[in-house]
Amino acid sequence: MPPVIEVRNLHKRYEDKVAVDDVSLTVQEGEIFGILGPNGAGKTTTVECIEGLRTPDRGEITVLGLDPLRDRAELTRRLGVQLQAGQLPERLQVAEALELYSSFYPQPADWRALMHGLGLADKAKTRYAKLSGGQKQRLSIALALVGNPKVAILDELTTGLDPQARRDTWDLIEGVRSRGVTILLVTHFMEEAERLCDRLALIDAGRVVTVDTPAGLTERARIEQRIQFRPSAPLDDRLLTSLSDVSSVTRRGELVVVTGNDNALNAVTAVLARNQIVAHRLRVEQASLEDAFVQLTGKRLDPH
Amino acid sequence: MPAPNAAAVPVTADHGSATWRLIKAESKLCLRDKVAPLWGVGFPLIVLIILGAIPTLREPVEGGGGLTYFDFYVPVLILFNLAILATAALPITLAGYRESGVLRRLRTTPIGPARVLTAQLVASFAIALVAMILFLAVAGLGFGVDLPRNPFGFAVAWLLAAAALLSIGLLITALAPGRGPASAIGTVLFFPLMFFAGLWVPIPQMPPVLQTISYYTPLGAGMRAFQDAYQGNFPSILPLVILTAYAAGCSLIAVRWFRWE
Repeated sequence: MPPVIEVRNLHKRYEDKVAVDDVSLTVQEGEIFGILGPNGAGKTTTVECIEGLRTPDRGEITVLGLDPLRDRAELTRRLGVQLQAGQLPERLQVAEALELYSSFYPQPADWRALMHGLGLADKAKTRYAKLSGGQKQRLSIALALVGNPKVAILDELTTGLDPQARRDTWDLIEGVRSRGVTILLVTHFMEEAERLCDRLALIDAGRVVTVDTPAGLTERARIEQRIQFRPSAPLDDRLLTSLSDVSSVTRRGELVVVTGNDNALNAVTAVLARNQIVAHRLRVEQASLEDAFVQLTGKRLDPH
Repeated sequence: MPAPNAAAVPVTADHGSATWRLIKAESKLCLRDKVAPLWGVGFPLIVLIILGAIPTLREPVEGGGGLTYFDFYVPVLILFNLAILATAALPITLAGYRESGVLRRLRTTPIGPARVLTAQLVASFAIALVAMILFLAVAGLGFGVDLPRNPFGFAVAWLLAAAALLSIGLLITALAPGRGPASAIGTVLFFPLMFFAGLWVPIPQMPPVLQTISYYTPLGAGMRAFQDAYQGNFPSILPLVILTAYAAGCSLIAVRWFRWE
């Protein structure tokens, strides 16, 4: 099956600043593909080229087999876009906006159902200017989906939403995907990427650092596990430091903190069992996607 | 929150209906906005009623071809309405749309942003048409001012004046980088435009130099064409050519310089 989105060697500069240096990626049908990276990494420019809003300096892009610039008219019918900065007229009401935008598409979704699903039903008669940031964001998501698109590009999906609204939105996006919509998601939230994305492209300084599943990325970053416990009986550190899977053992009060590779937990519990020591208050810290990102790019994501 | 049932409702939407909906929406937004209905229609209407109640304005203007001061103010206020729509309502709305990303969002839909421009122009035109008919009716029924004796000539003059003014509005939108500058340019343009239409001094009473300048301004040319129509003649060719030139020139430059973002 041909990929839904294919980007090859995309390059885009603004005057003297290179926004996207060299980005290639493919998005398969039905997946949620994430583009993750710090502010200024070139994420938004990349998706704007895919949407046909910007003209690349170099590189090739196809979306559903269409050229975003040449086949604009056809592409806009099948692609739903949620923009980071794209507002509505201040005096337009929520229901009016959804009804109006649904009339733009040949086979629109049921805009009333979308309005309910995004928790905007009681704001149907509210003017855009009177909506809160989160409500504007949800309306923007609704407008991206109102054309019943085959592909949706969502830029900073949950920025400005409170934690509950964010989780609700994630549920909604999973629902949209389960109906076969391919989703390209731009985010700088690790939790969002981990929760939603099937695959992720890490972008930094206009280049793709790596593409993998969230689990694959953390594994690839080779970040050590951290195991912490209180031994039920005195324990000689050397029993643990002699294990090949363990890289360090430290004490914090009565707690023992062991770091090591993926296999360290098995090795440590085996040693404890052999010595008839019980590990109380055992805690294992897995490497997070955040750690993986830092490891792979040497940078932190901007704190939001 | 339950996932919405956004299954496809097969509706055969043709772009004709989308354009029509867009025009309806933009007209509604124009009316919700205060500029067009209050300053463009309400204010000149009140001025018309006040001026109509002043007896001394019923005396003929020297060199006005038998028309009274008040007769002159009816077309002046019709032009006032066009000038407010063109220098304030239209450019501020459209420059605001560009600034806040409304046009950008439309670029991602099958409709595209050009159609919202069309919708805005149609909405402004409709408001102007209603205002013109309303002013003529109030002046006629309330104060006994005769309708233009050459109605067809008047209609042609009004259409060309509306085209010239709305093109100027588009030009302001194209040249102004944002809502604030659009509003500033519009305000600066409004007063000289209205001065040369004879809002403060009727054109026949202006010194000859100012009269000549006035003839070449869009609203001065509009007034001259209106005056011909009021006196029963089809407007002379020069003011109609001047209005057409403004309409064509400003639209061309506006289209050339217009930016969606």
